[in-house]
Amino acid sequence: MDAVVEIFGNPWVSLAGKVLLVALIVPLSAMVLGFAEMKVSAKMQSRVGPYFAGGRWGWAQLIADGVKFFQKEDIVPDDADQPVFKAAPIIVLMGTVALLVVIPFGPGLIFQDLSVGIFYALAISSISTIGVLMAGWSSANKYSLMGGLRAAGQLIAYELPLVLAVVGSVIMAGTMSMGGIVQAQIDAGFPFVVVQFIGFGIFMVAALAELTRIPFDMPIAESELVMGYVTEYSGFRFLFFFLAEYANMFTMSAIAATLFLGGYWLPFVPESTLDYAGPFILIGKVLVLTFGMIWFRWTFPRFREDQLQTLAWKWLIPLALANIAVTAVLKVVL
Amino acid sequence: MARAIPGGGLVKGLGVTITTFFKTVFMPGKYLATINYPVEKETPVPRARGVIALDQDACTVCMLCARQCPDWCIYIEGHKEELPPATPGGRIKVRSKLDRFDIDYALCMYCGICVEVCPFDALFWTPEYEYSEPKMGAMLHDMDRLQGWLETVPDPPGLEK
Repeated sequence: MDAVVEIFGNPWVSLAGKVLLVALIVPLSAMVLGFAEMKVSAKMQSRVGPYFAGGRWGWAQLIADGVKFFQKEDIVPDDADQPVFKAAPIIVLMGTVALLVVIPFGPGLIFQDLSVGIFYALAISSISTIGVLMAGWSSANKYSLMGGLRAAGQLIAYELPLVLAVVGSVIMAGTMSMGGIVQAQIDAGFPFVVVQFIGFGIFMVAALAELTRIPFDMPIAESELVMGYVTEYSGFRFLFFFLAEYANMFTMSAIAATLFLGGYWLPFVPESTLDYAGPFILIGKVLVLTFGMIWFRWTFPRFREDQLQTLAWKWLIPLALANIAVTAVLKVVL
Repeated sequence: MARAIPGGGLVKGLGVTITTFFKTVFMPGKYLATINYPVEKETPVPRARGVIALDQDACTVCMLCARQCPDWCIYIEGHKEELPPATPGGRIKVRSKLDRFDIDYALCMYCGICVEVCPFDALFWTPEYEYSEPKMGAMLHDMDRLQGWLETVPDPPGLEK
């Protein structure tokens, strides 16, 4: 680690390096997960999936798709609110990129270990909600508007259980710093999911809803709303939404892994090796969680709008509150 | 009747997809429902509706198929030909001769009404399906090309006993 610190001693060099790394992780994770989605969904439906792109297994399919998006015309509808329409995808992607800042990949491998890390993460993830609303409102299209409204209702409803589910873990760790939460799990000797399984479940369900993935994809329901708030987007701007969706799968899973599954730490792995093994352990956990997300997507049909709101307000939020109360009491008593 | 466990259906559904996943991954030969098309070819069932073949000799230019076609994708032109009478001094014979018989497969919806309606068995279904074209205009098959499909027409199914 010392050598790395020396090279990156210059704050500007270090900053540039970090920015470059984040800028690489977003498309890379989106591509890997997008490809995984294609292949896993294919196998779940007794299909082969992408096969010919890249010569073998269709590994270059997502690269080919990316090149295709580059070539497409950038269409902005005449009636659209131009600056808002153009800014929306950037804001959505920005929320995703900003989330990566507080994810610890190893004991020292974190872009910025904020003392309010998880608070920052939850706050910044709400920024993408605004981007989605902007996209829906500015497109001058009824489908986009309906999609934007549904997204607003859904994302705000599920922001609450998401935040409340996190609180249990934060109470147990006694800190909001992401690195601190992992350290607390190392000190405790077990990942928090052992005790916080309710919080973990609520977090994953709410995260699925935040990602607007099936079964929570009412905002972009193809059968009713064409593509919801992304209906009018094409080419590179559409690619931004696509990247944000899949990179968000990565970041949300990484946050869940950090809060509940011990992050870069695994029981029975000596702590001295975590500097090097940490990123692989974290990415392994992320892949397991994202496989679960893909599995859910290709199993369950879409919710109805009222069922969705019922699940959030009548079940997840009271359950999360009860979880917090029990955790807090036990923390004081034990 | 035993009450179902709440959420039991969700777990059951997850079980179905993951079972299919592992079956397809580890035993693709047995469980794969699709084939790698351009490399491997599928054998269509004998009575598949692939393309329509025309028997020019059987056609009498009655236009029934063109009139029944819901998509108006059949183009027929013909003229009358006069043949000498069978016996000297008799009435001359009249035959309808086909000049043009085109089917625009870019329009065709493969309903098969033309095949059903043909009173002289001049139209047949064949299971051939590989005739896609880079240009849409080339989807218009002329009468010689339609005649060519005739070789691929499968034998009619045997009579019922």
